[in-house]
Amino acid sequence: MNFNQAVKLAIAGIKGNKMRSFLTMLGVIIGVSTVIILVSVGQGSTKQVTGQIESMGSNLISVSIRGRGGVSGLNYQEALKLGDRTGVSGAAPTISGNVTVKFGTKTVDTSLEGTNDKYATVRNQKTSSGRFLLPIDITYRQKVVLLGSEVSRELFGFGNPLNQEVKINGVKFKVIGILEEKGSSMGGSNDDKVLIPITTAMRLLANPQISSISIQAKTKEDVDTVVRQLEAALLRKFKDEDNYRVFNQAEMLSTVNQVTGTLTLMLGGIAGVSLLVGGIGIMNIMLVSVTERTREIGIRKAIGAKRRDIMRQFLVEAVVVSSIGGILGILIGFLGSKGLGSLLKISTVISPQVVLLAFGFSVLVGVFFGWFPANKAARLKPIDALRFE
Amino acid sequence: MIQIKNLSKVYQTGSTMLQVLKEVSLHIRPQEFVAIIGPSGSGKSTLMNMIGCLDTPTSGSVIIDNHSTSSLSEDELAEIRNSKIGFIFQSFNLLSKLNALENVELPLIYRGVNTNERRQKAVKFLTLVGLDDRMDHLPSQLSGGQQQRVAVARALAGEPPIILADEPTGALDSKSGKELISILHRLNELGHTIVLITHDLDIAKQAKRVVRIHDGMIVSDTKAGD
Repeated sequence: MNFNQAVKLAIAGIKGNKMRSFLTMLGVIIGVSTVIILVSVGQGSTKQVTGQIESMGSNLISVSIRGRGGVSGLNYQEALKLGDRTGVSGAAPTISGNVTVKFGTKTVDTSLEGTNDKYATVRNQKTSSGRFLLPIDITYRQKVVLLGSEVSRELFGFGNPLNQEVKINGVKFKVIGILEEKGSSMGGSNDDKVLIPITTAMRLLANPQISSISIQAKTKEDVDTVVRQLEAALLRKFKDEDNYRVFNQAEMLSTVNQVTGTLTLMLGGIAGVSLLVGGIGIMNIMLVSVTERTREIGIRKAIGAKRRDIMRQFLVEAVVVSSIGGILGILIGFLGSKGLGSLLKISTVISPQVVLLAFGFSVLVGVFFGWFPANKAARLKPIDALRFE
Repeated sequence: MIQIKNLSKVYQTGSTMLQVLKEVSLHIRPQEFVAIIGPSGSGKSTLMNMIGCLDTPTSGSVIIDNHSTSSLSEDELAEIRNSKIGFIFQSFNLLSKLNALENVELPLIYRGVNTNERRQKAVKFLTLVGLDDRMDHLPSQLSGGQQQRVAVARALAGEPPIILADEPTGALDSKSGKELISILHRLNELGHTIVLITHDLDIAKQAKRVVRIHDGMIVSDTKAGD
């Protein structure tokens, strides 16, 4: 008996007992679809977080200053000096605070960042319209503002905000640009903020202290050296490690990847267990099927079926059941992950490797759990099988 | 064709030993029509299972077409069953989920015959037993006599030299039974060796040779006309 006939026979066997076959498959269907859904959620969030971190700029080092006033503070000039070293391509010191922005009768409470022109390249922040801050804006303490896309929408709707005047904490500013949308990240929305020149911000907030500095290293290789130099310089200045923190984007990325990778693996593992349970279901049903069909096995053996023919018949049946279950599971997993993604507004990523892996595993489950019942069937003595009632 | 020498079979159930066949020797030549008759429990079915390579003897030998069955592996025995022997059982033993044609094709599937040839042969033998208009019927849609004729066609499909019939008329009414016996006669004329197991003397009498078995021993062996 060749393989084609064995498959035909298996399909006939499955059709002959539709309800039972479906219930047997259900274990595999649930297993495969949960593997795909959970892993796609895991990989989706990994991709999202990674994308956000990367969108902050490449080779980025963030220094945040915690101290306030007096010795523990850092002013703009000191911050620039800190960033002025070989291996650094730009430094953008930032002052931040919360402000109220008003246009006409509409007001928005948002966060304000005062920074310099380097911010655009260091933080990879583009404008969707208008221009970014220029050195001249910093030097002359221009009252100009760039609006985050969310702020712009709330204040102007679909109107054009460029060259309009808004009031920030009561002071008039001219809108010179709209920041390109970046989406939200762990630190909150990147679009719900306004940018003004750092020198203007010091006056507006009445605070000359820098809260953070974004520094871009020239190359990936420079990052570590620069981080070490910065830490040494900061320690000299503050004498206390608690007053500042240096974040390395690459390090953050690998940490996040590690965490989400573990999470994905765990989710996949949990789903894998259900696939295993599905396999045990197949074995259970196949054992029942072998007992039920003992007489059939006897008849087949009497008219010349060899051990391997019987073995193949039952093994192929188990594999066909698990494979059909696997295919249905992939379809459901696909729909499920898309559905879950749009329902929970999270991004899901279905990688072909995971689909292949889940399908391959479901076939393996069929082989593994079909083996024992198939072997049991093949080993029956023809006369015993024929006499079985 | 079939040579049985000093064949014994002992069944052991717990501590009790039951000797079903005692040193049976029998020689069946090609194209013979032999009826093996005996009351139930006489060992005739066991004898048939030995001839049919469905069971293995405790001692002694069964030689079928120059193949000593005791030296063969389970798969080689399956091959002997497939190529040398056609079975007709009392309870038909058709596969209930396959139609008549597919049931007849079954021995050829295990022999690895291709689809076209298989179909041709199955149709040929179903026509021979007069069921050419019932080929796509499931066994449950056929009468007992028709089911047994499907079984005959299946036994013939592999064109085996030997047809083993175990109480073939046991589950049939007398008319179907007579028809079946006449089919067996026709097969015998076509050159098949027929071994018919029965407890019915009237049926046994229609064979050319009658072997009586009692308590696991052959008590008489007569040829027709003796």
